[in-house]
Amino acid sequence: MDSAFYIAILTAAITAGTPLLYAALGELLAERSGVLNLGVEGMMLVGAVAGFLTTVATANLWLGVASAMLAGGALAFVHAFLSITMRANQVVTGLALTIFGTGISSLIGRRLIGVPLPITFSDTPLPFLSELPIIGTVFFRHDPLVYLSYLLVPLVWVFLYWTRVGQNFVAVGEDPAAADAVGINVNLVRYIGVIIGGMLAGLAGAYLTLALAPVWLDGMTAGRGWIAIALVIFATWNPIRAMFGAYLFGGVAALGFRIQILGWPISPFYLQMMPYIFTILVLIFVTYQGRARKLGAPAALGLHYDREDR
Amino acid sequence: MGSKEGTFGGWVFRWEKRLTSSSQINVAIPFISIGLALLVGGLVILFLGFNPLSVYRSMFAHAFFSRFGLMDTAVKAIPLMLAGLGVALAFRMLLWNIGAEGQIYMGAYAASGVALSMPGAPAYIVLPVMLLAGMAAGAFWALLAGIPRAYFGANETIITLLLNYIAVFWVDHLVFGPWRDPGSLGFPITRAFSSAARLPSIAGTRIHLGLAIALALALLLYFILYHSRWGYEVRVIGESPGAARYAGMDIRRNIILVMLISGALAGIAGMTEISAIHGRLQPGFSPGYGYTAIIVASLAQMHPGYVVLVSFLLAGLLVGGFSMQIAGLPLAVVSMLQGAILFFLLGSSIFARYRLTVRRKELV
Amino acid sequence: MSAGATLAMRKITKRFPGVLANDRVDFYAQHGEIHALLGENGAGKSTLMNILTGLYWPDEGEISIRGEVVNFRAPRDAVLQGVGMVHQHFRLVRSFTVAENITLGMRQEGFWWRPQVVEQKIATLAATYGMAVEPKAKIWQLSVGEQQRVEIMKMLYRGAQILILDEPTAVLTPQEVKELFRNLRQLAESGKTVIFITHKLHEVMAYADRITVLRNGRSVAVREKAETSIKELAHLMVGRELSPEISKPPNTNQQEILRLEGVCALNDRGLPSLRNVSLTVTKGEIIAFAGVAGNGQRELAEVVTGLRPITTGRFWLHGQDVTSCSARQLIDAGVGHIPEDRKGMGLVPNMAIMENAILKSYRDRSVCPGYWLDHKAIRQRAEQLVTAFGVKTATLDSPVRLMSGGNLQKLLLAREVSAGPDLIIAVYPVRGLDVAATEYIHQLLVEQRNQGTSILLVSEDLDEIFKLADRVAVIFEGQIMGILPIKQANLDEVGLMMAGARASEVALG
Repeated sequence: MDSAFYIAILTAAITAGTPLLYAALGELLAERSGVLNLGVEGMMLVGAVAGFLTTVATANLWLGVASAMLAGGALAFVHAFLSITMRANQVVTGLALTIFGTGISSLIGRRLIGVPLPITFSDTPLPFLSELPIIGTVFFRHDPLVYLSYLLVPLVWVFLYWTRVGQNFVAVGEDPAAADAVGINVNLVRYIGVIIGGMLAGLAGAYLTLALAPVWLDGMTAGRGWIAIALVIFATWNPIRAMFGAYLFGGVAALGFRIQILGWPISPFYLQMMPYIFTILVLIFVTYQGRARKLGAPAALGLHYDREDR
Repeated sequence: MGSKEGTFGGWVFRWEKRLTSSSQINVAIPFISIGLALLVGGLVILFLGFNPLSVYRSMFAHAFFSRFGLMDTAVKAIPLMLAGLGVALAFRMLLWNIGAEGQIYMGAYAASGVALSMPGAPAYIVLPVMLLAGMAAGAFWALLAGIPRAYFGANETIITLLLNYIAVFWVDHLVFGPWRDPGSLGFPITRAFSSAARLPSIAGTRIHLGLAIALALALLLYFILYHSRWGYEVRVIGESPGAARYAGMDIRRNIILVMLISGALAGIAGMTEISAIHGRLQPGFSPGYGYTAIIVASLAQMHPGYVVLVSFLLAGLLVGGFSMQIAGLPLAVVSMLQGAILFFLLGSSIFARYRLTVRRKELV
Repeated sequence: MSAGATLAMRKITKRFPGVLANDRVDFYAQHGEIHALLGENGAGKSTLMNILTGLYWPDEGEISIRGEVVNFRAPRDAVLQGVGMVHQHFRLVRSFTVAENITLGMRQEGFWWRPQVVEQKIATLAATYGMAVEPKAKIWQLSVGEQQRVEIMKMLYRGAQILILDEPTAVLTPQEVKELFRNLRQLAESGKTVIFITHKLHEVMAYADRITVLRNGRSVAVREKAETSIKELAHLMVGRELSPEISKPPNTNQQEILRLEGVCALNDRGLPSLRNVSLTVTKGEIIAFAGVAGNGQRELAEVVTGLRPITTGRFWLHGQDVTSCSARQLIDAGVGHIPEDRKGMGLVPNMAIMENAILKSYRDRSVCPGYWLDHKAIRQRAEQLVTAFGVKTATLDSPVRLMSGGNLQKLLLAREVSAGPDLIIAVYPVRGLDVAATEYIHQLLVEQRNQGTSILLVSEDLDEIFKLADRVAVIFEGQIMGILPIKQANLDEVGLMMAGARASEVALG
């Protein structure tokens, strides 16, 4: 096995990790505002089908991306309404979102199976950067959505740690009563967090149908939404760590795929299990490590805020 | 917009805590939710170019008012009931076991293993062993999430869900690989079980013995939850882990026990399905029973008695959904409706705890 | 008097479901004064101030500031009008720094978070008012007194002219209280209005200029300090004569019930929180733990009830080593527990009174003869508790969450006491209760003591301690600073020990 093999795996890790990264960044924002949204899988599926449908209809990729984000955001709005305004249990609401998203995406996509996309996001090497040895190949010969995610990560980081609006965001997730007392609109911040989270999940879905696959299949997210949620815990709610995590998880999936291509005598089903087993092991390990420190989870995550609860 | 009050065009809305709990509302909510979900689903069906009224009519007529459909509804209610009981028990203790699907698959796998390796054994031996194997495998699969949860607080929701994928791949691996029937002409199925390994049906119907097992277990679970010492512990832990610790209850031990039983119940569902319905292990033998079980448990408000009722309702929806496929509507309508039912259930459950008051805004 | 008031609240009415919290309350305050809002728990003080800060909306009434009618829809509106409140439970984000908390949510601070600029401004402000704060420190690293200072700075930074403090002394040592009011006096002298909510009469007489008394949601009197007395205020606040002293025959029993030797334990964050705690409790005595909240009281209570493991040291009960016993074993050994968190620990809010009555005894033969519960026996047990202890409720099947605070605590005490324990750990047993319920519970605890039960009382109210205890142990940063018979203790000594002085040092000084 030569270096080309490893470079190919690293390159594939970026592409396979990109949808995870978008979804994880979205979930991270929602959770930082204090709302747990387990509906990532559903929002991704809805985004995937909406993006695909729009692009098939208009042959415009960016319209596809926009409609995917709109669809993901719309589903997230339902979650926000139920869990914030109606104070429903966030866990069950998230599950409902996933079940609903799976159903409706498959309904919408029933005529799209096997339909080819008129245009896809194709790799556009960046000038100069793509010429760098190894790094250029691994990082800078991808499609525009990958580059967009490179920009999004520092953006989220700067937002959370260096802007005052971002601080409000974090404060709402840590201690809504403290935020409320200084006039931050707790519900508004949470709505925004959840909806942006949903839009990014929708974008993650669009990456699958418009760049990675690029076809539509029922339930094609195959648990990526759940892996993204695990990724947020792994990343201890830090966007930079989420990026490394996404590529790590992407790498595990890519590795399985490559080994399959090499024709090793391993059951393909074992290889397909790998990302899930890896996620479970990592999740257990991370919680085991961080038992006492609570991992930096937002202190009010999953809790309703009621000003008059006395 | 305050967290408590909102205004809209000169009106003030606010949620006020109810000082008494209203049982009428608790009973009404699931039915209202189903009704509203059908309304929204109807709009989607209309949008897809079908007549929702005739679709619903044929659905219900088939599922509840034809002999064949009614039978089918009862048959499909069995795994929903079994897995639903397991999910309800876990949710009761705020253990979000959403891995019933994987536990069903593992139960089916273990039961199949027994059936295939004991081809000559009589029914009174092979069936109980299959049942025990199915329970054990389901329980084991749930414990893979339950033990990390009990000892390190690892997130059981994500782990149980991811285990679903692994269980499905495991069964795929078996039926495409080592367990494939050489005479299957390339189909991914195992050899057929011996007739002794088939769960018998109830005289002259397709309804199998699993129904009796499920009903008996529902009754047992009801008595355990509301009339036993351990059931009391489970309910206290679910309502308030802090109070449970204070009262000297062993939470860790109960997490493990509840996950074990929850998984075992789903495992039984896998065993009865594979033994009574299919008679061999094959991929995709469950049309998402484990996921529907989550909705069953939620609609039943984690009460074993309601689980029985709700399983029939949702089984009817599923059977109706199959009948719609003939009309050209995909089965996905069912999961969309299920999601919508859950949305309305969640949205309206606030009315059990709060009362919405609306009044004219005064000029202060 | 109301004319020209800096702050005027007129005919304020606020209803909560089932409660009339404020009933046409009038309240006026001037600039330059320290104004006490006096009343017992449940009199409506906090509600009134929450309305003033825009947290609640009044159902009726009008507020004006410097002669202008204001209409606060949210806390932000109040802040913009120069009204700032320091809540009893601080509204600080624990993982944030002091500087981040002080400027949190301020729109006028710009888009970017610039720590240097903010820290500089805070330092200037701190110097002006003579209040030391470290802008870079994280809140969780600060003592309670320091956190309170951050809260005050937060309001001053926002330009507060009217500063409200809700029970500001509840969590402070007597020395910290003096420091606080020195700061507040300086603020008043610089022209600000300082309002503090309290139910402590001697505090009012020591530090306030003027006093408004609230009772049952109504304002009953306004007094200049110079023109009133503790006696009059007490009468106004309670509306009736206080009941006489509780009779407490001297305790001569020397039988040892509990002994701790060099006990250490960790807190929830895994940091040492009890250090080398040693003490002996004899039969039929009340030993009180005085100390500022958060100095290991909670951990001590949890160690003695088996809820928290002991890392080193020994724990004996009735002369038996129970160091590694579980909570269940200690319950069976006769340890009763009235926890700090009634709704999160002592009772299950969503379960019926009946089911809460057996929370500790559900394994007893009397209610659970075999594997199955005997619902009839349970109902009987619950009925006994409710009648014997005067718990007010319509039915035994209604969930506990619908009960009032006083009734909740009565039910909890009834359950713990009726189990016939040898030792009761009571943590802040009367916090948040009105005077009647407080008296009832004090009476009950002393009765238990007189019958030979030993009681560990954790309290932050020195009045309560001096009233009930036989001995007082002062706890500071997880260590016992000294144990004194109550007859030999005085307030100043105990106060110094609460701030970390050893008993020996205090006696010398």
